[in-house]
Amino acid sequence: MNDWILTLITFVPTAGALLLMFLPRNDRVLKWSALIISIIAFIFSLHLPAHWSSGAHGFQFAVDAQWIKSPNIHYHMAVDGISVWLVLLTTFLTPFCVLISWKSIHGATKEFFVLMLVLETAMIGVFVSLDLFLFYVFWEGALIPMALIIGMYGHERRVYAAVKFFLYTMVASVFMLASIIWLYVHTGSFDYSIIQNAIQNHSISGFGNAAELLFFGFFIAFAVKVPLFPFHTWLPDAHVEAPTAGSVLLAGVLLKMGVYGLLRFNVTLFPDQAHEHAWWINTLAIIGIIYGALVALVQPNMKKLVAYSSVSHLGFCVLGIFTFTQAGTDGAVYQMLNHGVSTGALFMLLGMLYERRHTYEIKEYGGLASPMPVYSTLFLMITLSSVGLPLFNGFVGEFLVLSGAFSAKALYGILGTTGVIWSAGYLLWLYQRTFFGQVTQPVNASLHDADGRERVSLIPMVAMALIMGVASPLWIRMIDPAVEHSLRPSNVISAENATHEGDGDSLARAFLNSTRTARPEAAASVPDITRK
Amino acid sequence: MNPSPNFNLWLIPILPLIGSAINGIFGKRFARSLVATVALVFSGAAFVYALWVTAQFSSLPQASIPHIERLFVWIQAGNFSVDYGFYLDQLSLVMLLVVTGVGFVIHIYSVGYMAEEGGYYRFFSYLNLFLFFMLTLVLAHSYLLMFVGWEGVGLASYLLIGFFFLKQSAAQAGKKAFITNRVGDFAFLLGMFLLIRQFGTLDYDKVFRGIAPMPVEHSLGFLTITALLMMFGACGKSAQIPLYVWLPDAMEGPTPVSALIHAATMVTAGVYMIARSNSLFMHAPIAMGVVAVIGALTAIFAASIGLVQNDIKRVLAYSTVSQLGYMFLACGVAAFSAGIFHLMTHAFFKALLFLAAGSVIHGLGGEQDMRHMGGLRKLIPWTFWTMTVATFAISGFPPLSGFFSKDEILWKAFSDAQHGSWILWLVGLITAGMTSFYMFRLWFMTFFGERRQPVHDAHQEPTGAVHAPGTAPADVGHQSGVAHSAAAPGHSAHGGGHVHESPWIMLGPLVVLAIGAFVMGWVGIPEALGGHNNFDQFLSPVFHTSSEPARALENFPAEPQKTENAGEEKGLELALAGTSVGVAVLGFLLAWQFYYRRPELPQRIAASMSGAYRTLINKYWVDEAYYATLINPIVDGSRTVLWRGVDVGVIDAMVNGAGTTSKEASGVTRRMQSGSIRSYAGWVALGAAAVVAFMIWAGTR
Repeated sequence: MNDWILTLITFVPTAGALLLMFLPRNDRVLKWSALIISIIAFIFSLHLPAHWSSGAHGFQFAVDAQWIKSPNIHYHMAVDGISVWLVLLTTFLTPFCVLISWKSIHGATKEFFVLMLVLETAMIGVFVSLDLFLFYVFWEGALIPMALIIGMYGHERRVYAAVKFFLYTMVASVFMLASIIWLYVHTGSFDYSIIQNAIQNHSISGFGNAAELLFFGFFIAFAVKVPLFPFHTWLPDAHVEAPTAGSVLLAGVLLKMGVYGLLRFNVTLFPDQAHEHAWWINTLAIIGIIYGALVALVQPNMKKLVAYSSVSHLGFCVLGIFTFTQAGTDGAVYQMLNHGVSTGALFMLLGMLYERRHTYEIKEYGGLASPMPVYSTLFLMITLSSVGLPLFNGFVGEFLVLSGAFSAKALYGILGTTGVIWSAGYLLWLYQRTFFGQVTQPVNASLHDADGRERVSLIPMVAMALIMGVASPLWIRMIDPAVEHSLRPSNVISAENATHEGDGDSLARAFLNSTRTARPEAAASVPDITRK
Repeated sequence: MNPSPNFNLWLIPILPLIGSAINGIFGKRFARSLVATVALVFSGAAFVYALWVTAQFSSLPQASIPHIERLFVWIQAGNFSVDYGFYLDQLSLVMLLVVTGVGFVIHIYSVGYMAEEGGYYRFFSYLNLFLFFMLTLVLAHSYLLMFVGWEGVGLASYLLIGFFFLKQSAAQAGKKAFITNRVGDFAFLLGMFLLIRQFGTLDYDKVFRGIAPMPVEHSLGFLTITALLMMFGACGKSAQIPLYVWLPDAMEGPTPVSALIHAATMVTAGVYMIARSNSLFMHAPIAMGVVAVIGALTAIFAASIGLVQNDIKRVLAYSTVSQLGYMFLACGVAAFSAGIFHLMTHAFFKALLFLAAGSVIHGLGGEQDMRHMGGLRKLIPWTFWTMTVATFAISGFPPLSGFFSKDEILWKAFSDAQHGSWILWLVGLITAGMTSFYMFRLWFMTFFGERRQPVHDAHQEPTGAVHAPGTAPADVGHQSGVAHSAAAPGHSAHGGGHVHESPWIMLGPLVVLAIGAFVMGWVGIPEALGGHNNFDQFLSPVFHTSSEPARALENFPAEPQKTENAGEEKGLELALAGTSVGVAVLGFLLAWQFYYRRPELPQRIAASMSGAYRTLINKYWVDEAYYATLINPIVDGSRTVLWRGVDVGVIDAMVNGAGTTSKEASGVTRRMQSGSIRSYAGWVALGAAAVVAFMIWAGTR
């Protein structure tokens, strides 16, 4: 089971998509089928934390098989404490995306759900691939269905937004592809662990000269995806035009692919370059935090506002990673999950308003708390989670990132921490203008409150935001060792070392047991560990 | 006896949280009486439990204080870890009793006060939620958990200020409070980051142990900067200069909220935090000096604004800011226990003032402008007499509570050799006089003289605050609220026929608080007045620095004859006490002259000193200055420079420019652009399928 679970999780959605293709064009059947398939994928993914081997630092649930002899491509999948949660984030969000699309997608519903499920496979694939070629296939594979979802099901300027999204990220990815090919040519492998070992053992000829360019090749692709300032301008367009489910997955998962890439490749494979360039990357991240928030503050369009807030929030993630501190990186990983839940939920909420009024303009609303009390309460809770109020998820991530940033360099911490003021500013102002006061537009007075389906999609998100805020060790306990591992790349990660043993009660223990096994100090200082 | 008894302290905050959840989730379907019952049972249970803990606490051996109970881990990253843990010592016990006791009484009052409002369940859910966070704040055993309560009470305050959310001004005030507090929280967070960097933990016991052996710092080093950052955080929550601006606006909330959150408990959190961090501050005399100066400045500044306000709640709001300044002053001169003493007495008399003011407003059907009051003494006698107690208490008349606590602060400000100064004392003394004046001004304007007609002009502020609805349907509520409040003064033209005394469920709490405002000071009667200052002694283990009742005496080491010196000290203390009583009487006499004997005088004076008057009535234009120098530049700059300029004008234009150029260069993309997105999508899908097919084929080869 443990060998095949990742394959299963990754390809269940695609199998479902195939099935969907042969189903009749009956919306009811399609909707339910897509929902059930995505829920099945989620249930399978629960296997991962449930059987997590808490003692092991490296990758787990590994499968590594020769796929193509020449070029030497492996089907190598595994997860560590970081990627496992991103997989779960993906499988957690997708059913809600299907659910909220039930009523908002008109026409070509079959294609929509097929695209959605294919996209899910691609996103999961990105997080589980340890073969760089495989990784790249999934990486680009995620681009296509997302561009189609925006382009086919979006709003007025959907084609512009889809093309911009596609070209922008595609062009950036080409640089990564060049880096990957260079590495393959010089190591004869696409395998992440082999390449990492080769780099650490200085066994790649010409690496010293190329490392800089390789770093930039990966960096450009990921920075655009994050998006890091000033590569962010595709994001507001893509979000505003995307259908709700597209926005949720775009913000919830696709952006995380960028942050994940930065951590997995830039920081772990090229630690020297990462340290050398950290100062300006962090500067861009901090600019992103403040700039994104200030621009969000003045947006007249609420979806654009949330899009810019993503620029700000993702700035925290990048900042946390490039401080190379335990707390900062833990927080960054956690913040990825938080942002997926909170901003995902925010986009869902905005989509529900759009379905009612067909506009995202803030001035079209006002006083909605009167006709829509339940909806506005849920909106408030998600807002608070995004603002980073303690006991909500956002706080834990932000706090760890900022304390890490502060300990790395006080100025980073100080500037980053201003984010807590800005986020309260733009989100509470949005909330005030949308929900408080008298109903200003007569048409809004009769808007119906959140219905059953909407509550089913929103309440789990709110609950998740709260649980993640109150019981963070459930997650961080698995993240922490993996981060520690990534920050000290001389600890050789090899799939052979990955354990396959199940550990059923790890969740309960994570919650109650605060003690952690000490890191083996010896490995950190030994640079020449050879791969077995 | 069990060496480490388990009090299950977590129950104290959790009880109101349960109440809040029940009312929040199911309250809409409940009858009002059931909502009220739930709220009272859970807040009352917290109070009773706190009393039980107090009883247990007294039997704890001194060695096991602070008593710490840890539950489980909240955040852990690397070596840094924070758990849910509670910290009980004399200080948190006092806070615990004040919060649950006054909180419970105000809950009772609210049952009557809010009886006719919409959103009844919402109100009590929020009120219980506030108690949960406030109790977390005072019981937390680490700065981070304190921060949970700290931000949480901010949330509850936001919700309750904006309770009448149909009013834009209320929604605006709630947002302002939250964001201003966030500015303070920014500094608090930085202070915590410094502590983490230094000590690797935020647990009180470990931090204090870490600070204890460090030398006192006379420069801008780690301790001083940390203390200053913490203090700035406290300035946000406790409404001190420069972050006090949110508190007067917070009066948009229902009056019980003003009493509980914006007078008795939440706003004192900053004072509590500084007192809690006394070992940090005692190692940073520069920060202490700043605390004292900020406190003194805020005290006199807010009092001066309070002199001319006409809205009864605004007078009390500025008074609160001013009294919080006193508490800061106390902390700044190392008189932490005096600060906490004043915090406690203030909780009683200020809560009482607000609730009594609420009773007045309630009786007048929503009128808040004191110029439209007058002569209410006989019409609402219970309100009048309880308010009288509070007014005399806050003005510092012996033997009421305010006298003892305020006098203790003034004495320490004068006498503490290291931190005190006669200037601080003088500022405090002048403030005391101003306090007495504006409080008796309020008292005379409200209860004495003739009932004054409302003037139907621009001066009349909207008074819908009290009777605007909560979640009631939008169309009915607000208008009827305005109508109600506008009608009330009209009715009362006939000898105040419709002015009515409040029901007993509101008067009962007034009486309870009045008793407290009267006698609470007696727990801290100083030795100079024949007492033993039990309060100071009780708290002395927390504030090691002020462990001796005659601490001031130690600071004159040059004097060998301690007993004689103590006698002189006593004489001086008595003289100063006499002075402050004199000042209070002076304030009373002036108010009596201006607002009782010759009520036309204030207008003449205002006219003759129009510059000063306008400055005060406009609150020194601080809000306007903040808007002009901070908020507007940020918003306008973000819009025109950052968004339209940089984002759209530069970055995106470059991206699109690059896109256009390459499009023109490429035939493929031009065709793509001309075709529909579906055909484009089709090509991409086809290409992708081909690649995948090739790879699968290659893989199975």
